[in-house]
This record gives sequence, C-alpha cells and structure tokens, in this order.
Amino acid sequence: MKKAYQKAWFLVLPVLLLVAFNALIPMMTVVNYSVQETFGNNLFFWEGLGWFEKLLNSDRFHAALGRQFMFTGLILVIEVPLGIAIALAMPRQGIWVPFFLVTMALPMLIPWNVVGAMWNIFTLPDIGLLGYFMNHTLGIDYDMTQNPFAAWVTIITMDVWHWTSLVVLLSYAGLVSIPDAYYQAAKIDGATRWAVFRYIQLPKMKQVLTIAILLRFMDSFNIYTEIFVLTGGGPGNSTTLLSIDLVKIALGQFDLGPAAAMSLIYFAITLLISWLFYTLMTKDDLK
Amino acid sequence: MARITLSQLRHSYLPRPTGPDDYVLKDIDLDWHNGGAYALLGPSGCGKSTLLNIISGLLAPSEGRIFFDGRDVTELPPEQRNIAQVFQFPVIYDTMSVYNNLAFPLRNRGVDEAVIKDRVTKIAEMLDVTEMLQKPAAGLSPDNKQKISMGRGLVRDDVNVVMFDEPLTVIDPHLKWTLRSKLKELHQKVRATMIYVTHDQTEALTFADQVVVMEDGQIVQIGTPVELFERPTHTFVGHFIGSPGMNILPCTVQNGQALFDGHPVVLEGPIVAGPADQSGGLTQIGIRPEFITFGETGVPATVRKVADIGRHSVVDTLVGEFIIKVILEGAAPAQGSAVHLRFDPSKTRLYRDGWIATKELEAAE
Repeated sequence: MKKAYQKAWFLVLPVLLLVAFNALIPMMTVVNYSVQETFGNNLFFWEGLGWFEKLLNSDRFHAALGRQFMFTGLILVIEVPLGIAIALAMPRQGIWVPFFLVTMALPMLIPWNVVGAMWNIFTLPDIGLLGYFMNHTLGIDYDMTQNPFAAWVTIITMDVWHWTSLVVLLSYAGLVSIPDAYYQAAKIDGATRWAVFRYIQLPKMKQVLTIAILLRFMDSFNIYTEIFVLTGGGPGNSTTLLSIDLVKIALGQFDLGPAAAMSLIYFAITLLISWLFYTLMTKDDLK
Repeated sequence: MARITLSQLRHSYLPRPTGPDDYVLKDIDLDWHNGGAYALLGPSGCGKSTLLNIISGLLAPSEGRIFFDGRDVTELPPEQRNIAQVFQFPVIYDTMSVYNNLAFPLRNRGVDEAVIKDRVTKIAEMLDVTEMLQKPAAGLSPDNKQKISMGRGLVRDDVNVVMFDEPLTVIDPHLKWTLRSKLKELHQKVRATMIYVTHDQTEALTFADQVVVMEDGQIVQIGTPVELFERPTHTFVGHFIGSPGMNILPCTVQNGQALFDGHPVVLEGPIVAGPADQSGGLTQIGIRPEFITFGETGVPATVRKVADIGRHSVVDTLVGEFIIKVILEGAAPAQGSAVHLRFDPSKTRLYRDGWIATKELEAAE
C-alpha cells in the first residue's frame, strides 16, 4: 500500500479547533459541574455521581422524559405520513411546482420564537382568531392556558404546521428522482396504486425519509423556544418537556449540578436514539 | 400473441397542432404479424419511442387507431392491453428478490402461486438466472437487471407483444452481443410478437426479420435486412444503414438518361416519371460503396484516402468536388493515383426528392 501523505492532517486542524471551542470545551464544563455541588461564590464541592443517581430516581425527571417521548412520538406519527401524503399529492412537473415548493418552505423560514408568539396570539380564547372562533362561534371550550389537553393539541398542531414541510420537501426530492420508466413498467406489470407506493416510491424515498425522521426526532426532542413562548411549560407542568424543565432547574433554581447532570443524560438519550435509528435504517445498504 | 395493426396513426405533443411539423408521428400505417420479430430503426428523435408508447398504451395517439388481432385497443390502458415492455434503463423492484420481481406481474393478476412458481422457474432457466433467484435484485449488474426486466415481460404466457425500447443502452459492449443473441434465442422459444426499438443498425438487423426504418415521424422503408441493404427505397435508408452508408450523388436527368458530373450513369431500370416532370425535383444517384469497382473505363477519379479496416479497405475517391466511397477487397491503389469507377448497374438507382425513382428490370418484365 502507498504511504499516505501525513501532513494532510494539518488541514483538519482548523475544524478540530473550532469543534473544540464550540462543543468540546463547553461540554467539559458541563461535565465538570455535573460532579460538583456549589452554593455560589465560586465554591465547589465534590459530589461524584450523586446528581446522576438522584436525577435518574426523580419523579420529576421521569415525568418530563415521558412528556418528551409523548411529544416526539406524536409529532413523528403525524408529520411523517402527512408529509409523505402531501409530497405524493404535489405536482411533479408544470408551472405550479415552484409555487408549491415555496409555499411549503415558508413555515420553516419563520424564526422559532415568532412561531411560538404567532400561535400564542392565534389561539388565545378571547382575542385569537382560532381561540375566539372555537369558543365563541363553535362553542367548544378551548383554552390552552387553562386546559392541559388544549395545550397539548396546540403544541402538536404548531409543530405539525411548522415542520411537516421538511418531511414534504425531502420526500418530494426522493419522488422526483424516480424515472418515468418505473411508473410505466409498474403500469404494464399491472401494479395497483398501493403496490407502486410500496415497491417503487417508498424504497426510493427510504434514504431521504431516514434523514427526515432523524432530523425531526432530534429537533423535536430538543424543542424549547416555541413551547416556551407558547405555553411556558404550562398549564401547571403539563407541557414541561425536558428542555423546559432543564432551563427551569439551571436558570430558575440555579441548581448547576443537577442541571449539568440532566444535560448530559439528555444528550446521551438523544445521541443513543439517533444512533440506533440510523444504524438500523442503513444496515441493509451496507451489505 | 397477436397481430398488430396501426391505422393512420398521427401524434403531436402539442394541444393544437397546426402544420405537419407539429407532428412527431405523421400518418403511420403498419401491419405486424403474429409471432414476428420486428425492429423499429431510426435516429434519436424520429418518433420511434413515441410510436412504441402508443402501442403499449402509455400514450394516447392524437389521431388513428390501434388494433390487436382486429380488436380496437386505442382506448385501453396499458394493463388491459396485455403487453410487456423493456425500457432503456433496467426497471427493477429494488426491495424484492429476483424471484419476486419475476413473479410480480403474475401476482398482480391474481395467478395461483403454484403456476407462478412453474412459470418463474421456466423463465429463469431461459434467461440463465436460476442461481440468482433468491438474491435481492438491487445488487445485480446492469445486464442481469435488464434480463430480469425482460423476464418480467416474458413471464406472462398470454402477452400480445413484447416491446424493447433500446434495451442495450446501459449494457457493457462485450455483453451486448451475448444479450442480443439471448434475445433472438428467446424469440425462437416463446414465439411472441416482439418489437425492438433502436438507433443501432447492427442491433436492428441482427434481431429482426423485418425492419421498419423511420425518419422524422414517417416510415421510410419496411423490409428484411437484405432488402434494406440491397435496395433502399429512400436515400435516408441508404445513408443510415451500411457502414459507410450509400454514396448519394447529385445528378441531372436528360432524355431519360442520368448524368453525374457530366458522365452518363446506367441505372437499374427506367426512370419513373416525376409528378411535375419539367421541374424534375431534386434528383440524386444512390450507389453503395460495396457495388463500385475500379476498372479500365468508367468515371475518372483520384484516390484521396485509403482506410484499411481489416477485412476490406474503404477508399475515398474524388470526382470533381464529390467524394465517392468505395469498398475494396484486396490491394487498394495508392493515394493520389488516378482510377476509373464502375457502378454496378443493377445496384445503381435514381432518387427523386429522396424517394427511389427507378424501376427494377425484373419488376418491369
């Protein structure tokens, strides 16, 4: 084998430094906090793995984690099939294509806190367009500031509105890459609409869908801004997802140790699930 | 298996075609017999793929009818026409095994699993893919993938026609030959009507019993490979088929005698009168390089270039400003030497506006 040109490693150095400064070093400070206790004044006491143990046994953490899984699970179950359905319904050629693509991309261009604020105003019972309509026109009791169920319906709807487009656009990219001959061959082979979807469209979308699901999982599992602006985690703790709880502990109560331990566990869960999912989805391709 | 009749077929991709130029197919009339091997030959963009898609039902013709065994199928969708088509790029259901790929068209039609097994085994044997049956289809090489797409067409024993749309485009050159003979062999075994679309004359001539040559949306000649070679009825056929193609030389006609560059040329037979005889139209002489010899007398020419291509040489000669190609077995004259060209009269024809305008002597008798 030819000897590699070793000096090329220096070319990777800038990236390494960048990653070190924006990820590794901050992360190490978190690791540092997670094993210590502090009462302020920059005085730290060794705590070992105590915070981790307490956190993993705490009901509050279990509840937030449960809510987090419920949120992520629900939005995935809605956004993925809905996104595929919309992508299938979109025209693949013609003058309307740019129109649909831009319309689809619009929600994703809106800053997260603006999305939260928009949906807050939109759903307020007495002044919001939707809130007023539901309560005063339809007579349905809908108040996301008071009713946990209404709050959940609102955060799920908001996320579906904001992010289904991502699944749509990625699925659409997979769909347009399928040559016409496949559809023609399927027609001649007498395939049903379902068979065309199952054996032609879905396999061709698999790779982009894997990416779409992975991105949606990570983003929704780490969601903070929109829900913080919309419900602030309420009513009560009903929409307090992991990130919101984390901020409450870290900045509300200023418990740096427990917050750091929680950050690390949170990070580990996200990483583990993403890795598992990606490995499982791509294991066939490697063969 | 069926006889296929196309009647006054015209097609335009424009919603409101105005002139003949708007049509990609101009008045196609064809009759293909049951069980024949046919080729549709023409350059890219001549409308042959459009014609194929009209026969398979993927495209509805603007005008005209299509009949399978006398039954009008013009309005039928592809799945009801009972046809098979093999595309330029192999179409494979990636997630299925080879066996399931081959079984797919039968399963869609609700055929019994035992029958499917029997048919798939038989077809796999014919295609030499038996040992791959359980493998995932996605990992196959392009030529095997193309075999599987052919197999999906042949697996139904009731197909009316199997159509091939330039099926060897993505196949490695050294495998093309194998696959082509495989196709020929398959045709002999299954005796289905087969239509093979290509722009490659070798593919068309080796596969088909009858070749339909198309140019610019029209059929210019239908005939056996020998007929196309020996007596092209249009200059396009002469020029498109053969390597090198037919020499096409401008000429004038005086008193029923063709003159090329001032030299009288003897033709295969009498010249057919043109429509508006006095203007005469554009007249040309067509003679294949294979039918020109060097002699003591004849049209004087100089040798411009000699290309030895193995079995024979292609000699470019210059008569006035015109290049005439001659195919020569054996020793070729040196470059720059003066020669005389002799045209074989029985293979020399006059073309008027592209179409043949001489009568064969036998035909005149």
